[in-house]
Amino acid sequence: MSMAMREAFGKHMAAIGKDHPEMVVLDADVSSSTKSALFGKAFPERFFNVGVAEGNLAGVAAGLSTCGYHPVINAFAIFLSLKSTDQIRNDMCYNSLPCVIAGAYGGLSDSFDGASHQAIEDIAIFRSLPNMEVIVPSDAHQAELALDYALTRKNPVYIRLNRNAMPDIDTDRDTFMAGKAIKMRDGKDITIAANGITASYAMEAAEELSKVGIEAEVFSVPFIKPLDAETLFASAEKTGRLLTVEEHLLAGGFASSLAEVAFRRGLNAKVDNIAFEDKFGETGPYIDLLAKYGISKENIVERAKALIK
Amino acid sequence: MSDKLNELLADAGKRRYSADELAFMAAAFRENMFTVLHERGTGHWGGSASSAELTTCLYFDRLNIDPKNPRWEDRDRFVLSKGHASVNLYTVLAARGFFPQEDVHSFRKLGSYLQGHPAMNKIPGVDMSTGALGHGISVAVGMALASKLSGKNYKTYVMTGEGCLNEGQSWEALMFAAKEKVENLVLLVDYNKVQLDGTEDEIMPLEPLKEKLEAFGWLVNDEKYDGNNTADILKSFEWLDSTPNVPKCVIYDTIKGKGVDFSEGKNTWHGAVIDDEHYEVGIKQLRKDKEEKEARL
Repeated sequence: MSMAMREAFGKHMAAIGKDHPEMVVLDADVSSSTKSALFGKAFPERFFNVGVAEGNLAGVAAGLSTCGYHPVINAFAIFLSLKSTDQIRNDMCYNSLPCVIAGAYGGLSDSFDGASHQAIEDIAIFRSLPNMEVIVPSDAHQAELALDYALTRKNPVYIRLNRNAMPDIDTDRDTFMAGKAIKMRDGKDITIAANGITASYAMEAAEELSKVGIEAEVFSVPFIKPLDAETLFASAEKTGRLLTVEEHLLAGGFASSLAEVAFRRGLNAKVDNIAFEDKFGETGPYIDLLAKYGISKENIVERAKALIK
Repeated sequence: MSDKLNELLADAGKRRYSADELAFMAAAFRENMFTVLHERGTGHWGGSASSAELTTCLYFDRLNIDPKNPRWEDRDRFVLSKGHASVNLYTVLAARGFFPQEDVHSFRKLGSYLQGHPAMNKIPGVDMSTGALGHGISVAVGMALASKLSGKNYKTYVMTGEGCLNEGQSWEALMFAAKEKVENLVLLVDYNKVQLDGTEDEIMPLEPLKEKLEAFGWLVNDEKYDGNNTADILKSFEWLDSTPNVPKCVIYDTIKGKGVDFSEGKNTWHGAVIDDEHYEVGIKQLRKDKEEKEARL
């Protein structure tokens, strides 16, 4: 188990700030939660707390960006994806400005705060915007790599962060930086593609499946846009089955983005998707909440077995 | 394009213009805007006519810019938050030398770089794409913060109408600018008191605007300035130069649809198509105004 993703991200911003004089960080009165305060402490002159005003947050960042700075706006994913969407679309995306949108508390990870604070539609919103890239890291290290990647880009990049700690997975830096799906396990019977915390669950499920003779090929897919569908589809056509797992609504999320490609390309495999159906989340402990909404080792095992039958 | 106008435009950036010269230039631009909107059958006359003198004075008296190098890093920035006055901005940018003046006639044509609303990656001289109201002040604050961080100390100007000030984001940005004591930042309010659906009083009263802006921590002009009078605008620039370097706002009293009797102060001319009949009446009035101003030179 590594440190919480938000903490790793905040520490990484502070660590690389010296090498990135163009980086400025803006927060909306949640810097002690998002951990962007760590950057603020290290580089106070390049840190701005705009108060609880996410529209202004994105607009100010866009203005800085037109003048040669590379802003990172850090706030809760739900409020960035809903309260700043107009500014992110019209100021950042339309002008293709180099900006990083770091959405803390992605998915259900702000579990106790309930549905008002849970971002279950952020990926759908951001991936629909032209010029935007969307990354869903699967552990603390991938979150750091996502920031490294985003700072090399001349366009906006959305990074969906998790509030909590999750198991480390082995990520090759070059594969990540190339935007590729990352193979975590070889298998011949089923392909499981996941991102965020669901990637670790997929690995646990694969070990469980192995005990009953089912070998799953597991991918962590941090890049939703651009999407490395071809790697996943090649694997799925080898195994004959594809199970996607995501901490997002089915509408417009990871599975949906793969379906868009498959609709044109065709896909010779049986498919199932674990995602949230058309309803809001609720309050509760994170792991229990995920399980209730279908994200658990047990459910992945069950759905994988059903796909293989 | 008159000889006198061409003669004046050739001096851009080389000398200061008199208020009368700027008034003549603005009148000529307004005439051109009216013609382009008539030709194209689309665009926003009311707010463009309202800000013609302001944009003229900014681009021909105030902004430190280089039309040959539109992305010059040290340039002053201008954000037209009321982006629907695009035909006004394009006419002035073209006259200032950012792109050919004849191109303004392609305004809003399919394939033209002169988009319906300002687009920074397509149009030389546009510092920020606008159109969604209420974005401009935030963006300008970001530019002004960058000016200080980089030590370049260029100035940033942002122009809004009432519509932008209806948007909550504007007030978020105003509060934030005051908190950060942002320097080299000026908000220009083209205060024509008419919105799309009706008068400001009918749609969303902003008064007492000066007191509101002051309560949000901005320095606001005490003296009244007529934003359709170039001598007044030059006086307001003197006020800007003689006051402390804090977030400042100048409220200009203007007239929506200025220069044509049937459109002055009328919300119905916010974005109405100028048909042949109205064009014939209006263009005579605008030409007469321009000729009178030329005669004063």
